[in-house]
Amino acid sequence: MPYEPILLARVAQPDSHRLEGYRADGGYATFERALKDLKPEQVVAQVKDSGLRGRGGAGFPTGLKWTFLPKDHPGPIYLCVNADESEPCTYNNRILMEKDPHQVLEGIMLACYAFKSQKAFFYVRYEYGDAFRTLQAAVDELYAAGLLGQNILGSGFTLDVVLHRGAGAYICGEETGLIESLEGKRAWPRIKPPFPAIEGAFRKPTIVNNVETLACVTQIMKRGIDWFKSLGVPPDPKNPRDAGSYGPKLYTIAGHVNDPKCVELPMGITIRELVEQHGGGVWKGRKAKAVNPGGLSMGYVNVETKLKDSDLTEYDIPLDFNGPGRVACLGLGTAAVTVIDDHTSMVDVLHNTCQFFSHESCGQCTPCREGTGWMLKITDRMRRGQGRKEDLDILVDVADRIGIMPGTTICGLADGAGWPVKTAIRKFRAEFEAAIKSGEKSKYAKTLSVVGAH
Amino acid sequence: MPTVYVNDKPVEIGTGKLNCIQAAGLGGVLIPSYCWHEALTVVASCRMCLVEVGDRKPDGTVVMQPKVVPGCQTPVKDGTVIVTGEYDKRDPAAAALNYPADYTKGGKPGERAKKSQADTLEGLLINHPLDCPVCDKAGECKLQDFSYKYGRAETRMVDEKNTPPNKPALSSKITLFTDRCIMCTRCVRFTREISGTAELQVVGRAHHEEIDVFPGRPLENKLAGNVVDLCPVGALGSKDFLYKQRVWYLKTADGVCSRCSTGCSTYTDTNKDIVYRLRPRVNPEAQGHFMCDEGRYGYHFANSGERFVRPMVKTDGRFKPAPWTQVGAQLRQEVAAAVGQAAAGFAAVLSPFLTVEEAFLYASYFKRLAKEVPLVLGPVPVVGADDRYPKNVKGEPVEPTKFVIRAEKCPNRRGVEAVLMHFQGAVIPFADVVRDALPAMWFAGGYPVKEHVEEAFPADWKAPALLVAQDLFPTLLTASAKYILPATAAFEKEGTFVNHAGLAQSFPRAVRPPQEARTELQLAFDLLGRRGLAQPGAIRAELAAAVPFFAPLAGVVPQNGVKVG
Repeated sequence: MPYEPILLARVAQPDSHRLEGYRADGGYATFERALKDLKPEQVVAQVKDSGLRGRGGAGFPTGLKWTFLPKDHPGPIYLCVNADESEPCTYNNRILMEKDPHQVLEGIMLACYAFKSQKAFFYVRYEYGDAFRTLQAAVDELYAAGLLGQNILGSGFTLDVVLHRGAGAYICGEETGLIESLEGKRAWPRIKPPFPAIEGAFRKPTIVNNVETLACVTQIMKRGIDWFKSLGVPPDPKNPRDAGSYGPKLYTIAGHVNDPKCVELPMGITIRELVEQHGGGVWKGRKAKAVNPGGLSMGYVNVETKLKDSDLTEYDIPLDFNGPGRVACLGLGTAAVTVIDDHTSMVDVLHNTCQFFSHESCGQCTPCREGTGWMLKITDRMRRGQGRKEDLDILVDVADRIGIMPGTTICGLADGAGWPVKTAIRKFRAEFEAAIKSGEKSKYAKTLSVVGAH
Repeated sequence: MPTVYVNDKPVEIGTGKLNCIQAAGLGGVLIPSYCWHEALTVVASCRMCLVEVGDRKPDGTVVMQPKVVPGCQTPVKDGTVIVTGEYDKRDPAAAALNYPADYTKGGKPGERAKKSQADTLEGLLINHPLDCPVCDKAGECKLQDFSYKYGRAETRMVDEKNTPPNKPALSSKITLFTDRCIMCTRCVRFTREISGTAELQVVGRAHHEEIDVFPGRPLENKLAGNVVDLCPVGALGSKDFLYKQRVWYLKTADGVCSRCSTGCSTYTDTNKDIVYRLRPRVNPEAQGHFMCDEGRYGYHFANSGERFVRPMVKTDGRFKPAPWTQVGAQLRQEVAAAVGQAAAGFAAVLSPFLTVEEAFLYASYFKRLAKEVPLVLGPVPVVGADDRYPKNVKGEPVEPTKFVIRAEKCPNRRGVEAVLMHFQGAVIPFADVVRDALPAMWFAGGYPVKEHVEEAFPADWKAPALLVAQDLFPTLLTASAKYILPATAAFEKEGTFVNHAGLAQSFPRAVRPPQEARTELQLAFDLLGRRGLAQPGAIRAELAAAVPFFAPLAGVVPQNGVKVG
């Protein structure tokens, strides 16, 4: 039986972004009920017990994050909604914001009610003009309807939602980079501790949540824990630290597929199923070579590589919070699957990857600033047919040593910059060696120009 | 007592809030760093101070963190274990801690930190031009030092380096060699946190980012010179010092800045009796970590060709050089005669640029001639009001004050006043005597700015018949003198200044006085009829014994000075 979308249930409806339509579909009833019947602690408990994990990339349990706020804080406490969706090939938040903004806004209202925040900052990346305008209209509708502002529906609960438009930098999606940017500073991630829940925006306790996470909050409060837990993958009993991968997830399919799109599925679908059944298969009748399982920074899987003791390949790993990690990828990330067909040179893929990260590194920590630049220079040379054998080892060495995992940077951008490099070289080493040996220039001789004014 | 373990060695840290760098420093272990500076906020971005840390539990078991952490950002507490990249050079006397079995994963303690530091240095050198032979910082460059100590011998980088353009227009006094910069952002943080003027910023991103100013808003504030000291590499260069000297030729002496009553502790860098550079010396008692540009660039007077360098006597309306042997005898005779005629009419003017030892000997000399000789405090130059930093965008000072440039532009008013109080129970201001027509005056000056002398005299001032003018530069005063004696700058003598807050700082001589100039101390010593060379230390001890105000100066004066009074 095909899965019936929940988060995306309304996106195909006409005027799906309007308050009227959302209310007709039962919108804000959950929020009103929560205001009337539930204590804030009950909302926190329900979200926590649902096992919801953040949809932004790291998969941190949302309810647990909320409990990190100081107890009985006199306020203000802030919510920052992370809509700086800049991971390449990721657009699941965009669909929610453009087509069903009220579902997200209801999640914001529920979250703020839960942890007693009276102000939410909605940080939208600059490139999402439509989303920004749609959200602004939706927020205006809510103020007009008395669902935002002072003393909402006479409950004594006050909430303001402030839309903030970024200026176009990948690093603003890092939670403390986002906070710095929101404060009007350069988006240089902060050193932690203190974590934002203790000291965040404007030096006040702050929760940073992803757009899709908040949409899930709406549905969890509406449909309950049992519904949420009926979807997805339960925790691995052998791994006591695994919190499970429950719930629906928006997957985006991009790259060399016939039908690139965003689909909602329960967690745990395999890459093969996703590409073949939902993405229409690889384009032009070709075969997939490599797949990016969840945004560029998660690394690559080699479609041909067999898994240990099994006939399955890396193509068959499930897309839940643990699956990509089993094949040396960084994690699920944003669940944006990018397919690379067998006609594409991995040298070009890697160069393009390095170009992105060396452009987007904020430049604060030495290992990331210089490492990403160096990796770009090496891959650029390889692309020009002047690679050396030792370059591959240097690339892996540099990729391995930058990031918060070895402890050499402040934020995770460097991990994300290193992962695709090391997975590509480790998994496609023969192809790189052949390219270096042949000394052939890339078919795309000219450097791709970087789009954007920043 | 809280104890941390630095490379197995127990180090007591006292009650202060310290980070790993400071705690290791107490244990005699250097953790290299670039971005961290005691007076600035922590950004933990250079990643040079990476260390392995853990906790030693009371039962002796040790739990180590799985990754390297920046030492600057990691506070220490009782039981913190720090393992640095130099673990293999640890104190052999310290017993090895009980490290957990899985800690090193087959390697040795400290290896991960050591590799991380080498990696960071490799990164820093990727786009660094390695132009040490033509770089002013070579010899005192942290990038050189740490690369030598912790870095790789050869580069693996074969690609073209980034070559951003230099920025000589950054400031009138400072230039930026953009390609040498390692982006520690100390300079940016200084202008934001200490001067508050916020001229500097980071522009661009990733390996193309640069330090820059807004167009048309150059780095011009009175503390700007400090960014050159803060720069750990040769990126920010002082135009004043650029290409003047290789630093390994310089000799460094402790000094005390004489340009205002803050009395900043300094280093005086000299070569062949020429002062080339002043740098602030950290002194929490005096000024902290920094110094102002007035003081920093205010040494040029000492190298000026206009200075008096030998005694001169006016004969037949013209000044003629005369040897000290002749001038000394003449002076003693003429001064004794003038005091004998009218002691109350002989003004002995002691300027606030004299050291307390000099003022003490001069005062002893004149008061020995006659008790009635009035000892007068020389003109005290005051320019504007105290200038407090940091400033806000409007240029108004903001609390807490981190640096003050004082309006009183002399180093030792309080010290000289204390001497005068001791000898005559009162301080006679210069304005009180300059009005009267006096028969005789001894003006012991030493003013680096001649206007500060000339402004103190009224236009219709009538010069005394006997005027002994001891000063650095020709002024209206020296023009009407009978004797001109060369004064010496603070770099050219050993002595003690008392700053605005009563902090007495003693300093050694950095250079010899030019040509035939002698220190005021030696002259007063000779006038007193004492034999041989004046020993400032002995005179300081004499002063401390004679004047209760200066009693704390008995014995060795600590490097950071001592409160008197």
